[in-house]
Amino acid sequence: MIDEPFASGSTLFHKRDTRVKLVGAAAISLVLALCSSFLVAVTGCIITAMMLILSKPDLKLVSKRIIGVNIFTFFIWLTLPLTYGGSETLTFSMFNLSMDGIRLAALITVKTNGIFFCILALLATSTTASLGHGLEKLGFPKKLCFLLLFSYRQLFVINQEYHRLLRAAKLRGFSPANTMHTYRTYSHLFGMTLVKSWNRAERVHQAMLLRGFNGRLIPLNQSPPGKADYFFLIIMLLISLFLAGLSLFCYNSL
Amino acid sequence: MHISEGILSAPVLAGGAVLTTLGTAVGLKKLDYDRIMTVSLFSAAFFVASLIHVPVGPGSVHLLLGGLLGIILGWGAFPAIVVALALQTIFFQYGGMIVLGVNGFTIAGPAVLCGLIFRPWLKGSRKQQMIAGFLAGFFAMFLSALLIGAALYLSDRGFLRAAGLLLVSHLPVMIIEGLITMFVVTFLAKVQPEILSLNN
Repeated sequence: MIDEPFASGSTLFHKRDTRVKLVGAAAISLVLALCSSFLVAVTGCIITAMMLILSKPDLKLVSKRIIGVNIFTFFIWLTLPLTYGGSETLTFSMFNLSMDGIRLAALITVKTNGIFFCILALLATSTTASLGHGLEKLGFPKKLCFLLLFSYRQLFVINQEYHRLLRAAKLRGFSPANTMHTYRTYSHLFGMTLVKSWNRAERVHQAMLLRGFNGRLIPLNQSPPGKADYFFLIIMLLISLFLAGLSLFCYNSL
Repeated sequence: MHISEGILSAPVLAGGAVLTTLGTAVGLKKLDYDRIMTVSLFSAAFFVASLIHVPVGPGSVHLLLGGLLGIILGWGAFPAIVVALALQTIFFQYGGMIVLGVNGFTIAGPAVLCGLIFRPWLKGSRKQQMIAGFLAGFFAMFLSALLIGAALYLSDRGFLRAAGLLLVSHLPVMIIEGLITMFVVTFLAKVQPEILSLNN
Protein backbone atom coordinates (compact mmCIF):
# COMPACT_ATOMS: atom_id res chain seq x y z
CA MET A 1 0.00 0.00 0.00
CA ILE A 2 2.81 2.42 0.82
CA ASP A 3 5.42 2.43 -1.89
CA GLU A 4 7.05 4.77 -4.37
CA PRO A 5 5.85 3.47 -7.73
CA PHE A 6 6.93 6.58 -9.66
CA ALA A 7 10.45 6.84 -8.26
CA SER A 8 12.06 4.23 -10.49
CA GLY A 9 12.73 5.07 -14.11
CA SER A 10 15.38 6.54 -16.34
CA THR A 11 13.70 9.58 -17.87
CA LEU A 12 15.00 13.12 -17.87
CA PHE A 13 13.03 13.78 -14.68
CA HIS A 14 14.34 10.79 -12.77
CA LYS A 15 17.95 11.69 -13.56
CA ARG A 16 17.83 15.27 -12.29
CA ASP A 17 19.23 16.32 -8.95
CA THR A 18 16.62 16.29 -6.16
CA ARG A 19 17.42 19.81 -4.95
CA VAL A 20 16.79 21.23 -8.40
CA LYS A 21 13.47 19.39 -8.62
CA LEU A 22 12.42 20.57 -5.16
CA VAL A 23 13.06 24.21 -6.05
CA GLY A 24 11.33 23.83 -9.42
CA ALA A 25 8.28 22.12 -7.89
CA ALA A 26 7.98 24.81 -5.20
CA ALA A 27 8.23 27.64 -7.76
CA ILE A 28 5.66 26.19 -10.16
CA SER A 29 3.28 25.16 -7.34
CA LEU A 30 3.49 28.63 -5.84
CA VAL A 31 2.63 30.43 -9.07
CA LEU A 32 -0.21 28.03 -9.85
CA ALA A 33 -1.57 28.14 -6.29
CA LEU A 34 -1.72 31.93 -6.33
CA CYS A 35 -3.08 32.56 -9.83
CA SER A 36 -6.67 33.66 -10.16
CA SER A 37 -7.25 33.53 -13.90
CA PHE A 38 -8.40 30.63 -16.01
CA LEU A 39 -5.89 31.33 -18.74
CA VAL A 40 -2.92 30.95 -16.37
CA ALA A 41 -4.39 27.92 -14.59
CA VAL A 42 -5.13 26.09 -17.86
CA THR A 43 -1.75 27.00 -19.41
CA GLY A 44 0.02 25.85 -16.23
CA CYS A 45 -2.00 22.67 -16.12
CA ILE A 46 -1.11 21.87 -19.75
CA ILE A 47 2.60 22.50 -19.10
CA THR A 48 2.66 20.34 -15.96
CA ALA A 49 0.66 17.62 -17.72
CA MET A 50 3.30 17.59 -20.47
CA MET A 51 6.02 17.35 -17.82
CA LEU A 52 4.17 14.42 -16.30
CA ILE A 53 3.92 12.68 -19.68
CA LEU A 54 7.67 13.18 -20.22
CA SER A 55 8.33 11.44 -16.90
CA LYS A 56 6.56 8.35 -18.34
CA PRO A 57 4.49 7.33 -15.30
CA ASP A 58 2.24 4.28 -15.03
CA LEU A 59 -0.99 5.83 -16.33
CA LYS A 60 -3.23 3.41 -14.48
CA LEU A 61 -1.66 4.45 -11.19
CA VAL A 62 -1.87 8.12 -12.11
CA SER A 63 -5.61 7.83 -12.71
CA LYS A 64 -6.03 6.16 -9.32
CA ARG A 65 -4.10 8.99 -7.65
CA ILE A 66 -6.17 11.59 -9.50
CA ILE A 67 -9.28 10.22 -7.80
CA GLY A 68 -7.65 10.50 -4.37
CA VAL A 69 -6.46 14.04 -4.97
CA ASN A 70 -9.86 15.16 -6.23
CA ILE A 71 -11.88 14.11 -3.16
CA PHE A 72 -11.67 17.66 -1.83
CA THR A 73 -12.45 19.07 -5.27
CA PHE A 74 -15.52 16.84 -5.33
CA PHE A 75 -16.65 18.31 -2.01
CA ILE A 76 -16.20 21.78 -3.50
CA TRP A 77 -18.27 20.89 -6.57
CA LEU A 78 -20.98 19.55 -4.27
CA THR A 79 -21.14 22.66 -2.11
CA LEU A 80 -19.96 25.80 -3.92
CA PRO A 81 -22.49 25.92 -6.79
CA LEU A 82 -25.32 25.61 -4.25
CA THR A 83 -23.98 27.88 -1.53
CA TYR A 84 -21.72 30.49 -3.14
CA GLY A 85 -24.42 33.02 -3.97
CA GLY A 86 -23.91 35.92 -6.38
CA SER A 87 -26.16 37.57 -8.91
CA GLU A 88 -25.96 35.14 -11.84
CA THR A 89 -27.80 31.90 -11.29
CA LEU A 90 -28.67 28.87 -13.32
CA THR A 91 -31.93 27.23 -12.33
CA PHE A 92 -32.34 23.47 -12.50
CA SER A 93 -35.77 22.28 -11.35
CA MET A 94 -35.53 23.07 -7.64
CA PHE A 95 -31.86 24.10 -7.45
CA ASN A 96 -30.41 27.55 -8.02
CA LEU A 97 -26.80 27.10 -9.09
CA SER A 98 -24.51 30.07 -8.64
CA MET A 99 -22.45 30.84 -11.75
CA ASP A 100 -19.68 32.36 -9.61
CA GLY A 101 -19.61 29.20 -7.53
CA ILE A 102 -19.32 27.01 -10.63
CA ARG A 103 -16.58 29.25 -12.02
CA LEU A 104 -14.59 29.10 -8.77
CA ALA A 105 -15.03 25.33 -8.46
CA ALA A 106 -13.78 24.87 -12.04
CA LEU A 107 -10.78 27.15 -11.44
CA ILE A 108 -9.89 25.27 -8.26
CA THR A 109 -10.16 21.93 -10.07
CA VAL A 110 -7.76 23.05 -12.82
CA LYS A 111 -5.28 24.50 -10.30
CA THR A 112 -5.38 21.49 -7.98
CA ASN A 113 -4.77 19.05 -10.82
CA GLY A 114 -2.07 21.21 -12.39
CA ILE A 115 -0.14 21.26 -9.14
CA PHE A 116 -0.76 17.53 -8.70
CA PHE A 117 0.82 16.84 -12.12
CA CYS A 118 3.77 19.03 -11.20
CA ILE A 119 4.35 17.23 -7.87
CA LEU A 120 4.02 13.87 -9.58
CA ALA A 121 6.52 14.78 -12.33
CA LEU A 122 9.05 16.47 -10.08
CA LEU A 123 8.82 15.03 -6.57
CA ALA A 124 7.41 11.54 -7.03
CA THR A 125 10.25 10.77 -9.45
CA SER A 126 12.71 10.99 -6.53
CA THR A 127 12.91 8.57 -3.64
CA THR A 128 11.86 9.92 -0.26
CA ALA A 129 15.38 9.29 1.04
CA SER A 130 16.93 11.56 -1.57
CA LEU A 131 14.20 14.18 -0.99
CA GLY A 132 15.09 14.20 2.73
CA HIS A 133 18.78 14.68 2.01
CA GLY A 134 17.94 17.23 -0.68
CA LEU A 135 15.92 19.30 1.82
CA GLU A 136 18.85 19.20 4.24
CA LYS A 137 21.22 20.46 1.53
CA LEU A 138 18.74 23.27 0.78
CA GLY A 139 19.13 24.47 4.35
CA PHE A 140 16.11 22.95 6.11
CA PRO A 141 16.71 22.22 9.84
CA LYS A 142 18.77 19.08 10.34
CA LYS A 143 16.44 17.70 13.00
CA LEU A 144 13.42 18.08 10.72
CA CYS A 145 15.17 16.28 7.84
CA PHE A 146 16.24 13.57 10.24
CA LEU A 147 12.64 13.19 11.40
CA LEU A 148 11.49 12.92 7.79
CA LEU A 149 14.11 10.33 6.87
CA PHE A 150 13.57 8.28 9.97
CA SER A 151 9.77 8.35 9.91
CA TYR A 152 10.01 7.23 6.31
CA ARG A 153 12.37 4.41 7.27
CA GLN A 154 10.06 3.18 10.03
CA LEU A 155 6.78 3.73 8.24
CA PHE A 156 6.80 0.33 6.58
CA VAL A 157 7.78 -1.44 9.77
CA ILE A 158 4.98 0.16 11.77
CA ASN A 159 2.46 -0.44 9.01
CA GLN A 160 3.46 -4.10 8.98
CA GLU A 161 3.18 -4.33 12.76
CA TYR A 162 -0.30 -2.84 12.67
CA HIS A 163 -1.38 -5.19 9.91
CA ARG A 164 0.02 -8.18 11.76
CA LEU A 165 -2.11 -7.27 14.77
CA LEU A 166 -5.14 -6.66 12.57
CA ARG A 167 -4.66 -10.03 10.87
CA ALA A 168 -4.47 -11.74 14.25
CA ALA A 169 -7.70 -10.01 15.29
CA LYS A 170 -9.41 -11.07 12.06
CA LEU A 171 -8.29 -14.66 12.55
CA ARG A 172 -10.03 -14.54 15.90
CA GLY A 173 -13.25 -13.59 14.12
CA PHE A 174 -13.14 -9.80 14.43
CA SER A 175 -15.31 -8.08 11.84
CA PRO A 176 -15.71 -4.29 11.98
CA ALA A 177 -19.19 -2.89 12.57
CA ASN A 178 -20.76 0.21 14.07
CA THR A 179 -20.27 -0.95 17.63
CA MET A 180 -18.36 0.18 20.66
CA HIS A 181 -16.56 -3.16 20.53
CA THR A 182 -15.17 -2.28 17.08
CA TYR A 183 -13.90 1.10 18.25
CA ARG A 184 -12.34 -0.43 21.34
CA THR A 185 -10.67 -3.14 19.26
CA TYR A 186 -9.23 -0.64 16.78
CA SER A 187 -8.01 1.49 19.68
CA HIS A 188 -6.29 -1.42 21.33
CA LEU A 189 -4.74 -2.50 18.03
CA PHE A 190 -3.41 0.98 17.46
CA GLY A 191 -2.40 1.33 21.12
CA MET A 192 -0.39 -1.87 20.82
CA THR A 193 1.19 -0.51 17.63
CA LEU A 194 2.25 2.57 19.63
CA VAL A 195 3.68 0.39 22.39
CA LYS A 196 5.69 -1.55 19.83
CA SER A 197 6.83 1.67 18.15
CA TRP A 198 7.94 3.07 21.49
CA ASN A 199 10.00 0.01 22.34
CA ARG A 200 11.41 -0.16 18.83
CA ALA A 201 12.45 3.51 19.05
CA GLU A 202 14.37 2.71 22.23
CA ARG A 203 16.16 -0.25 20.63
CA VAL A 204 16.97 1.61 17.41
CA HIS A 205 18.27 4.58 19.37
CA GLN A 206 20.56 2.39 21.46
CA ALA A 207 21.81 0.53 18.39
CA MET A 208 22.56 3.80 16.62
CA LEU A 209 24.40 5.24 19.61
CA LEU A 210 26.54 2.12 19.65
CA ARG A 211 27.44 2.79 16.03
CA GLY A 212 28.56 6.31 16.83
CA PHE A 213 25.45 8.21 15.72
CA ASN A 214 25.80 11.96 16.26
CA GLY A 215 22.53 13.26 14.85
CA ARG A 216 23.42 13.18 11.17
CA LEU A 217 22.60 10.65 8.51
CA ILE A 218 25.16 10.61 5.74
CA PRO A 219 23.86 9.92 2.23
CA LEU A 220 26.09 7.77 0.06
CA ASN A 221 24.99 8.94 -3.37
CA GLN A 222 24.72 12.71 -3.39
CA SER A 223 26.83 14.23 -6.10
CA PRO A 224 26.64 18.00 -6.62
CA PRO A 225 24.23 19.18 -9.32
CA GLY A 226 25.76 19.10 -12.80
CA LYS A 227 25.34 21.33 -15.85
CA ALA A 228 22.22 19.49 -16.99
CA ASP A 229 20.67 20.04 -13.53
CA TYR A 230 21.30 23.78 -13.65
CA PHE A 231 19.89 23.91 -17.16
CA PHE A 232 16.79 22.05 -15.93
CA LEU A 233 16.47 24.47 -13.01
CA ILE A 234 16.60 27.45 -15.38
CA ILE A 235 13.83 25.93 -17.50
CA MET A 236 11.65 25.30 -14.45
CA LEU A 237 12.19 28.84 -13.21
CA LEU A 238 11.47 30.24 -16.68
CA ILE A 239 8.18 28.31 -16.71
CA SER A 240 7.27 29.79 -13.33
CA LEU A 241 8.26 33.29 -14.45
CA PHE A 242 6.25 32.92 -17.66
CA LEU A 243 3.17 31.85 -15.66
CA ALA A 244 3.71 34.63 -13.12
CA GLY A 245 4.03 37.19 -15.92
CA LEU A 246 0.90 35.89 -17.61
CA SER A 247 -0.86 36.04 -14.27
CA LEU A 248 0.11 39.70 -13.79
CA PHE A 249 -0.94 40.52 -17.35
CA CYS A 250 -4.37 38.91 -16.80
CA TYR A 251 -4.72 40.68 -13.44
CA ASN A 252 -3.96 44.10 -14.97
CA SER A 253 -6.24 43.65 -17.93
CA LEU A 254 -9.24 42.87 -15.70
CA MET B 1 -9.03 16.10 5.98
CA HIS B 2 -6.55 18.04 3.88
CA ILE B 3 -7.14 21.21 1.99
CA SER B 4 -5.90 20.63 -1.55
CA GLU B 5 -3.50 22.90 -3.32
CA GLY B 6 -4.98 25.76 -5.33
CA ILE B 7 -7.91 26.70 -3.09
CA LEU B 8 -6.64 29.19 -0.54
CA SER B 9 -5.68 32.81 -1.03
CA ALA B 10 -2.13 34.17 -0.72
CA PRO B 11 -2.54 35.83 2.73
CA VAL B 12 -4.01 32.63 4.22
CA LEU B 13 -1.25 30.49 2.70
CA ALA B 14 1.40 32.90 3.98
CA GLY B 15 -0.19 33.04 7.45
CA GLY B 16 -0.32 29.26 7.64
CA ALA B 17 3.29 28.97 6.53
CA VAL B 18 4.47 31.44 9.18
CA LEU B 19 2.49 29.77 11.99
CA THR B 20 3.65 26.29 10.99
CA THR B 21 7.26 27.44 10.74
CA LEU B 22 7.02 28.96 14.23
CA GLY B 23 5.33 25.89 15.71
CA THR B 24 7.81 23.53 14.10
CA ALA B 25 10.72 25.68 15.29
CA VAL B 26 9.45 25.59 18.89
CA GLY B 27 8.81 21.84 18.61
CA LEU B 28 12.30 21.17 17.23
CA LYS B 29 13.93 23.38 19.84
CA LYS B 30 12.28 21.43 22.63
CA LEU B 31 13.31 18.16 21.03
CA ASP B 32 16.72 16.76 21.87
CA TYR B 33 18.47 13.94 20.06
CA ASP B 34 17.54 11.47 22.81
CA ARG B 35 13.86 11.82 22.00
CA ILE B 36 14.12 12.29 18.26
CA MET B 37 13.82 8.58 17.56
CA THR B 38 10.60 8.35 19.55
CA VAL B 39 9.13 11.34 17.75
CA SER B 40 10.06 9.84 14.34
CA LEU B 41 8.40 6.57 15.20
CA PHE B 42 5.25 8.27 16.44
CA SER B 43 5.24 10.42 13.34
CA ALA B 44 5.27 7.21 11.31
CA ALA B 45 2.52 5.78 13.55
CA PHE B 46 0.45 8.92 12.93
CA PHE B 47 0.86 8.32 9.19
CA VAL B 48 -0.27 4.71 9.65
CA ALA B 49 -3.30 5.89 11.68
CA SER B 50 -4.41 7.94 8.70
CA LEU B 51 -4.60 4.69 6.71
CA ILE B 52 -6.88 3.00 9.26
CA HIS B 53 -10.51 3.16 8.21
CA VAL B 54 -13.09 2.83 10.95
CA PRO B 55 -16.74 2.14 10.10
CA VAL B 56 -19.20 4.98 10.78
CA GLY B 57 -22.78 4.54 9.68
CA PRO B 58 -22.89 3.23 6.11
CA GLY B 59 -19.37 4.47 5.25
CA SER B 60 -16.04 4.73 6.98
CA VAL B 61 -13.67 7.47 8.10
CA HIS B 62 -9.94 7.41 8.49
CA LEU B 63 -8.39 8.25 11.82
CA LEU B 64 -6.35 11.38 12.49
CA LEU B 65 -5.53 11.11 16.20
CA GLY B 66 -3.94 14.54 16.46
CA GLY B 67 -5.13 14.89 20.05
CA LEU B 68 -3.48 11.61 20.98
CA LEU B 69 -0.18 12.67 19.44
CA GLY B 70 -0.42 16.01 21.27
CA ILE B 71 -0.97 14.23 24.59
CA ILE B 72 2.00 11.92 24.04
CA LEU B 73 4.53 14.29 22.46
CA GLY B 74 3.46 17.79 23.59
CA TRP B 75 5.21 20.36 21.38
CA GLY B 76 7.05 17.50 19.66
CA ALA B 77 3.72 16.71 17.96
CA PHE B 78 4.15 19.79 15.78
CA PRO B 79 7.18 18.64 13.76
CA ALA B 80 5.89 15.04 13.90
CA ILE B 81 2.60 16.02 12.23
CA VAL B 82 4.28 18.31 9.69
CA VAL B 83 6.61 15.46 8.72
CA ALA B 84 3.73 12.98 8.42
CA LEU B 85 1.84 15.44 6.20
CA ALA B 86 4.93 15.97 4.05
CA LEU B 87 5.22 12.20 3.66
CA GLN B 88 1.58 12.04 2.60
CA THR B 89 2.29 14.65 -0.06
CA ILE B 90 5.27 12.66 -1.29
CA PHE B 91 3.53 9.28 -1.25
CA PHE B 92 -0.04 10.06 -2.23
CA GLN B 93 0.16 13.69 -3.43
CA TYR B 94 -2.50 14.65 -0.83
CA GLY B 95 -2.20 18.29 0.14
CA GLY B 96 0.84 19.92 -1.42
CA MET B 97 4.03 21.86 -0.82
CA ILE B 98 2.54 25.34 -0.66
CA VAL B 99 -0.56 24.42 1.34
CA LEU B 100 1.52 22.36 3.80
CA GLY B 101 1.80 25.41 6.05
CA VAL B 102 -1.96 25.72 6.44
CA ASN B 103 -2.56 21.96 6.68
CA GLY B 104 0.25 21.67 9.23
CA PHE B 105 -1.16 24.39 11.43
CA THR B 106 -4.79 23.29 11.20
CA ILE B 107 -3.88 19.79 12.41
CA ALA B 108 -0.80 20.30 14.59
CA GLY B 109 -1.95 23.52 16.30
CA PRO B 110 -5.07 21.96 17.92
CA ALA B 111 -3.11 18.75 18.62
CA VAL B 112 -0.47 20.59 20.64
CA LEU B 113 -3.05 22.78 22.37
CA CYS B 114 -5.22 19.81 23.41
CA GLY B 115 -2.12 17.92 24.48
CA LEU B 116 -0.98 20.75 26.73
CA ILE B 117 -4.46 21.23 28.23
CA PHE B 118 -5.42 17.60 28.82
CA ARG B 119 -2.09 15.94 29.63
CA PRO B 120 -2.13 16.96 33.33
CA TRP B 121 -5.55 15.27 33.72
CA LEU B 122 -4.00 11.89 32.96
CA LYS B 123 -2.40 11.78 36.39
CA GLY B 124 -5.85 11.41 37.96
CA SER B 125 -8.16 8.43 38.27
CA ARG B 126 -9.12 6.12 35.41
CA LYS B 127 -12.32 8.05 34.91
CA GLN B 128 -10.41 11.31 34.58
CA GLN B 129 -8.08 9.66 32.09
CA MET B 130 -11.06 8.56 30.02
CA ILE B 131 -12.59 12.04 30.05
CA ALA B 132 -9.25 13.67 29.19
CA GLY B 133 -8.72 11.22 26.32
CA PHE B 134 -12.19 11.77 24.89
CA LEU B 135 -12.02 15.55 25.15
CA ALA B 136 -8.50 15.70 23.65
CA GLY B 137 -9.57 13.60 20.65
CA PHE B 138 -12.87 15.41 20.21
CA PHE B 139 -11.59 18.96 20.54
CA ALA B 140 -8.45 18.43 18.47
CA MET B 141 -10.67 17.31 15.59
CA PHE B 142 -13.27 20.02 16.29
CA LEU B 143 -10.64 22.78 16.30
CA SER B 144 -9.00 21.35 13.17
CA ALA B 145 -12.31 21.41 11.30
CA LEU B 146 -12.95 24.94 12.64
CA LEU B 147 -9.52 26.14 11.48
CA ILE B 148 -9.97 24.53 8.06
CA GLY B 149 -13.34 26.27 7.79
CA ALA B 150 -11.73 29.55 8.85
CA ALA B 151 -8.94 29.13 6.28
CA LEU B 152 -11.56 28.59 3.56
CA TYR B 153 -13.71 31.51 4.74
CA LEU B 154 -10.76 33.89 4.97
CA SER B 155 -9.71 32.94 1.43
CA ASP B 156 -13.11 33.63 -0.07
CA ARG B 157 -16.21 34.77 1.81
CA GLY B 158 -18.32 32.63 -0.52
CA PHE B 159 -16.94 29.55 1.24
CA LEU B 160 -18.89 30.38 4.42
CA ARG B 161 -21.67 27.85 3.99
CA ALA B 162 -19.35 25.19 2.59
CA ALA B 163 -17.15 25.67 5.67
CA GLY B 164 -20.20 25.32 7.93
CA LEU B 165 -21.17 22.14 6.13
CA LEU B 166 -17.64 20.81 6.56
CA LEU B 167 -17.77 21.45 10.31
CA VAL B 168 -21.19 19.80 10.75
CA SER B 169 -20.31 16.80 8.58
CA HIS B 170 -17.24 16.21 10.75
CA LEU B 171 -19.29 15.90 13.94
CA PRO B 172 -19.42 12.07 13.81
CA VAL B 173 -15.68 12.03 13.06
CA MET B 174 -15.06 14.14 16.17
CA ILE B 175 -16.97 11.66 18.31
CA ILE B 176 -15.09 8.69 16.82
CA GLU B 177 -11.77 10.49 17.35
CA GLY B 178 -12.79 11.16 20.94
CA LEU B 179 -13.76 7.52 21.56
CA ILE B 180 -10.64 6.08 19.95
CA THR B 181 -8.33 8.53 21.75
CA MET B 182 -10.08 7.68 25.02
CA PHE B 183 -9.59 3.93 24.54
CA VAL B 184 -5.98 4.30 23.38
CA VAL B 185 -5.11 6.54 26.35
CA THR B 186 -6.57 4.14 28.92
CA PHE B 187 -4.90 1.22 27.11
CA LEU B 188 -1.50 2.95 27.20
CA ALA B 189 -1.94 3.96 30.85
CA LYS B 190 -2.42 0.30 31.66
CA VAL B 191 0.12 -1.30 29.30
CA GLN B 192 3.00 1.15 29.09
CA PRO B 193 2.45 4.25 31.23
CA GLU B 194 5.91 5.63 30.34
CA ILE B 195 4.56 6.62 26.93
CA LEU B 196 2.23 9.06 28.67
CA SER B 197 5.04 10.06 31.09
CA LEU B 198 2.95 8.72 33.97
CA ASN B 199 5.69 6.74 35.70
CA ASN B 200 7.53 9.68 37.27
